[in-house]
This record gives sequence, structure tokens and C-alpha cells, in this order.
Amino acid sequence: MSDQHAEVISIAEQRAARDARRTEVGDAARPRCDAATTQDRRCRNYAVVGDRCRVHAPPSDPGESGPGDDPVGPAPGAEGVVAPSDDGRPVRSDDERHAPAGGGDRPGAASGDRSGASSGDRSGAASEDREFAWAEQELADRGFGRAIDGLALLRRFADDHLVDRLRTATEVARRRLAGDYTIDEFGFDEDLTTSIMMPLLRPLHRSYWRVASHGAEHVPASGAGLVVANHAGTLPVDALITRLDLFDATGRHARELGADLVFRTPVVGPLARKTGATLASGDDADRLLEAGELVAVWPEGYKGLGKPWRDRYKLQRFGRGGFVATALRAQAPIVPTAIVGSEEIYPLLFDLRAVARLFGLPYFPVVAQALALPVLGPFALLPLPSRWIIEYGEPIHTAEYPVSTADDPMAVFDLTDRVRDRIQSMVHRNLMGRRSVFL
Amino acid sequence: MADGRRILITGIAGQLQALVVRALEQRGDVERLVGVDVREPPQPLASTRFVRADLRNPVIGHVLDEERIDTVLHLSTTTAPGASGGRARMKEHNVIGAMQLFAACQRAPTLRRIVLKSTTAVYGSEHTDPVSFREDTAPRTPPGQGFGKDAIEVETYLRAVDRQRDDLEVTILRFANLLGAQVDSTFLSLFSLPAVPMVLGFDPRLQFCHEHDAAEILARTATASHPGVFNVAGDGVLYLSQCIRLAGRVPAPIPAPLVSAAARSARRTRRVDIPADQLRFLRYGRVVDLERMHQQLGFHPTYSTRAAFEDFVTRRRLRGRVGPTVQRVVADATGR
Repeated sequence: MSDQHAEVISIAEQRAARDARRTEVGDAARPRCDAATTQDRRCRNYAVVGDRCRVHAPPSDPGESGPGDDPVGPAPGAEGVVAPSDDGRPVRSDDERHAPAGGGDRPGAASGDRSGASSGDRSGAASEDREFAWAEQELADRGFGRAIDGLALLRRFADDHLVDRLRTATEVARRRLAGDYTIDEFGFDEDLTTSIMMPLLRPLHRSYWRVASHGAEHVPASGAGLVVANHAGTLPVDALITRLDLFDATGRHARELGADLVFRTPVVGPLARKTGATLASGDDADRLLEAGELVAVWPEGYKGLGKPWRDRYKLQRFGRGGFVATALRAQAPIVPTAIVGSEEIYPLLFDLRAVARLFGLPYFPVVAQALALPVLGPFALLPLPSRWIIEYGEPIHTAEYPVSTADDPMAVFDLTDRVRDRIQSMVHRNLMGRRSVFL
Repeated sequence: MADGRRILITGIAGQLQALVVRALEQRGDVERLVGVDVREPPQPLASTRFVRADLRNPVIGHVLDEERIDTVLHLSTTTAPGASGGRARMKEHNVIGAMQLFAACQRAPTLRRIVLKSTTAVYGSEHTDPVSFREDTAPRTPPGQGFGKDAIEVETYLRAVDRQRDDLEVTILRFANLLGAQVDSTFLSLFSLPAVPMVLGFDPRLQFCHEHDAAEILARTATASHPGVFNVAGDGVLYLSQCIRLAGRVPAPIPAPLVSAAARSARRTRRVDIPADQLRFLRYGRVVDLERMHQQLGFHPTYSTRAAFEDFVTRRRLRGRVGPTVQRVVADATGR
């Protein structure tokens, strides 16, 4: 029923509904009383008994309300908010959020029943009693968790996602603090990635860079696959965003192949490992594809990341084509992917080679934002909010080639060039299609 | 020889070795057990003959002949320089001792099998490492010092013997970090500190092998034919940070440039002995491939890496107070 009615509830309506409930009058949408007042105006009370309000009703029969018909659904305490599942883990908030909207959360909602006008009052009260009973039971069962249970109670009456979020957050915090999570041999910590890192990145993806993603259906839904994309933007932000985009579109974790500098760097290295990246070497890539994982690779590497502004959207050399040989060995489809917009986040004006050499870095960028440093201070160094397009192209099926092709350098170079050309043309097409860099 | 194996165990006074002896004594297919060490074993030996000797002593050769030994279990490679009286003496003991032992083995006519307890430290530990080492993966950067280097040299000598004698079966077991109630380890000294030291900004991936699993596999390879090199560890991988949380302890991150100085000063207090070669390991960790162990050896450890670690924490009473308190509060809050 709630699907058909919009669930926009004004405060006044809610208040009316609550008042109505207090006076044992059912729903806001229910017919009004038929009687006339002493001033000959229509009575504005709701109809309770037949078509009369309580004031104008003839003396009523107390046993009128039907016993079974409960318009607000089963008492939610049964499988409710905080009930831990069998394995002891509290029910995840997602499940709760998708619980039937017509449930006990909103006894006075506009979506209530019009037909059961006369019977709604009493069972509404019964349900409320049941809720209080549930609340007391819960309070009696728990020792310490009262504060949070109080919030659960609040959610029951206020219908707020806040409590959901809080509950999820505490559960995540518990798992993290207790070390109660598993990692795979690559060091991929799925719990950390999906419950902490990705929620942090999602606002960037949705709101800051407003990523439009096309063609996710080309990414294999299961089994090995190799996503190959262009690399740009001075900092490898495009890898993080593409990764999140792929996860949201397909539900698969793309395992990135990173440069060894990443894994040598404190903080960044372990974090990259924990979010599923591994060293861009034949061994690791073979192992991932053998295990049927989706692998993402940015074969331009530093040459793509640290290319000057005038070379934007010009794809650089694709390494030595190691990724193609890997895909050929594993017979995994290659998904060429174009990322547009990442070039503009940090326009690289100069590359200070000498400084880079001093610190052992592949390049030392001076980005356009640096000019605004005196004015804006550190805020100047935020990436620019360009609008992004990510397009996953038609896969190139390496299964068409014999496995021995991987050992034929000429064939590998050819295929590498094909992938590169495909991505370059996809980049151009998307560049032509966009209105402006930022809008 | 038809009745059962006649086994010589080196370094019998050690804690792991005691477990191996017990496992072997319980087996029916072992006819004779001879233990060699410079120290008296702390626990009484039931049916095992003890020979007090250094491996560099020629008496080893006589024992091999006299007892008609057919299997040598070489377990006496030590890992900690502190306990063996300095790095130079440790090297002397590990490398020269093994060299002399294998030289005697090469001449022993009755000998059919040598089992060597080695370590996964032979793969080194670097950021360029493959994610998981197979037995035939060449280390990207072989360890330049310490125990790992010793282990590589010992393995090389053993291979030389293997090449000289065709009738000899050689088994090399490369163990990940051993944990348990008996054996001492770097992790014991790390976790016995009030806060567990880490290298700031690094989090090594670790694999552990429980001492009972280690004793079991050593006893098994000593009594049956499994030639080859095998990695041995529990299934699964843990981060050091995760270990600290599982133990309910607090990490003490030390900035990378200060780590070796901190380790040196800690060594001087004689409470914590973290060899210099282990510091690299505390940055990048190491994971080895266990496929060969499962497939060819048919050995499935009872303890996973995590179970081994939790057992170790429980038995050694290393569980911290901070963790359980935080966990209890959060658990109460989430209604668990």
C-alpha cells in the first residue's frame, strides 16, 4: 500500500496524526465526522464510530474492534532493529532500511488504511502497547547498551536513519577494534574497503566529480577480467574513483596493480594493499587472474600521471605490454576503459626534475593550484571539481588467441596497440561529447 | 632398519625439538632415537639416547655409524643471536655446524634421509616481493644478513650433499614464524612489551605456524618419504595491526628512521631481542604459497595462522587489558 502513496509527510500532518492517535482516532486521511456542531458548522473531528466522531457518537459497544486486523503490521519487536542474527552479528542496517515501510515505524502515516477506519483505533493502541512492551523487554534483556537502545526506541517512533547509521558505525568500529575480519593472501581487507574506505570516497564520486559511468555491462560479471584504463591527474585519484565506480556498478572489487613506489611509501603502501592493490608484476597479476579476480591496470604508469598539461588526453606508451601477455596467458577479456575529467583535477604546469631526483620520485609536479597558494592557503591544493565520464568499452576477447601468443612479442605489441588505440578513440569521443570541463 | 627408522635429532635441548621427540616416541615406526646437543635437555627423555656433542665434533660421524642412523633431523639452526652469544657465534654454530654435520652425513653408508628445518626468511622481505612465494621462486632480494642468510647457506650445503649421493632423500621444510606455548620467537618478545612496537606507516603481512603442527610435520617427514622443498605455515594471513587488535594490545608505532636505533637500545636492556634482519620483515612481512604443502605433502595444519596466533596469545597470557575493555563496551552497545 505504501508503494502507491508518496511518503512525504508534513510536520503538521504528523502532528495531526499523533494527536489523532492520542485521542484514539485513526488516520489523517480518514473521513470526518458527519454531525453538525451547535453553530451549524460541520464537525471537524475525525469519524471514529461509523461516521461520527467521539463527541457526536451514539454510546458505543466496547468489543467492536476486530481482534486480528492490525493495520500497522506485525509488532516489529519480533525481528526488529536490534535483534542479533543467529551468528551473533547484529542485523545490518541495510536490511532494516528495506524493512516494509508500512511497518510499525509510522503508525500515523498518511499511507494508512481508509477502509479500516472504524477498527484502526483500537489495534493502533494495541500496537503501541506492544511497542512499549517490546521496549521494556529489550531494556530488561540488555545491561549496558541502554543509550543505544534508547536510540533504537527513538528510531521506532521517529523513523530516522540516524540510528541505523550509528548502529552500523558501532558494529564496524567493533569489528575493526577487535580485529574481527579476514584478509586474503594479497592483504586485501574487504571489510575495511567496503565499510570504511568506499563510503569516504563516495561523496567525491557522486557529488564532487559527478562521475557519469557508461558501459558497465561490458565488465565480466564473474571470472577473470582485465580493466585497462588511461592514467592522468598527477595523483592516482582516477584509480580510486574507477575502482569505486566499478564496485557500485558491478559489485565486483577490481584489484589494482600498482607501482613499487606505492608499496615502498609508508602509510600509502599498506593502505593500497589493504584496499586490494598489489604490485604490478607478472607473478601477482597471473595469480589474481588465475583466482578469477577482476584486475584493473593503468599501463601508462607515471608517464601518464605526470604528463604536462599540454599533453592532456594524449595516451602515453603502454609500458612493455606485460598486461596483455598476462591477459593472454589467463585468457581473460580485456575491457578498455576511458576516463575523462581526471586530467583536469591537477593541471601539471612544470615538472621539477631536479627536486624529483633528489627525493627519488618519478616526477615533482607544480600544479596550477600552486599559483593560488598565497591567496587560498592549503585549500588551494584541493583537486579541481571537473566533471568525469568513465566509459567501459567492448571487451577484447583474448580467448580468441592461442595461449602461446603470450610468448610472441610481436603479437603482444600488436594487441597492446589495439587496446591503446581503442582507449584513445573512446577518450576522444567522450571529449567531443562533453559540454564543458566543470559543468 | 626393516623394523623402523633410526633417527638422529640435532639440537635436542630446544623446545620445539622436545615436541618432535615426543611425537616421534609416540609413533610405532621409530626404532631408535638419538639426540645431539651441547646442552642437557631440560626434560627427561623416555627412550631417546642423548649424546652431548657439538655438531663440529667428529663424534657425530661415529654416532651415525655406530647407531646405524638412517634419518637425520637437523633442527639445531638457531634464530636469535642473543641466546647463542652473539652473531659471530651464531653463524659459526649454524653454518659451520651444518657443514660438518652434512660432511659426516655424506660419508654415513646407512643414511637414507635428511630432513632440514629451514625458514621462510630465505625469501627475504622487500616491497618488490611477489605477493606469495612459491618454493621455486627466487628471492628478489636475498637476505644479506642474519638468520635468513644462514638458512640459505645451510640449504646450499644440503643440496650439495644431495647431489653427491643419489640414494639420499632430502626434505627441506621452510617454516613461517613458529608460535606456541613452548617455542620462543621474535613475536613473543614483541608482544611481551607493554605496547607492541610497529614501524610507523607499515603493516607487515604475517603467517604463523603452530608448534604442534611444526612438530607433527617434522615427525611425519622423518618417517615417510617426502623429498623436496616445502613451505609450511597455517592457512590465512594476518596483518601485524590485526594481531595487535586480536590480542587486545596497543601498538607503539616507531618512525622508520628510528627503528634500528630503538631495536639496538632494546637489545641492550636484554628484554627484547629483535635481530637487525627482522626489522625489514617488520616493514613488509612475507607470505608464502602453501599449495605444495597441501597437495604434495598432504599436510593440512590443525591451526590456521589466526588460530595459531590466538592460541599463542592465550597460552602465553599476552592478552591485553585495553582491547577486551573496548570490545566489551562496544559489544554492549551493539547488543552482542
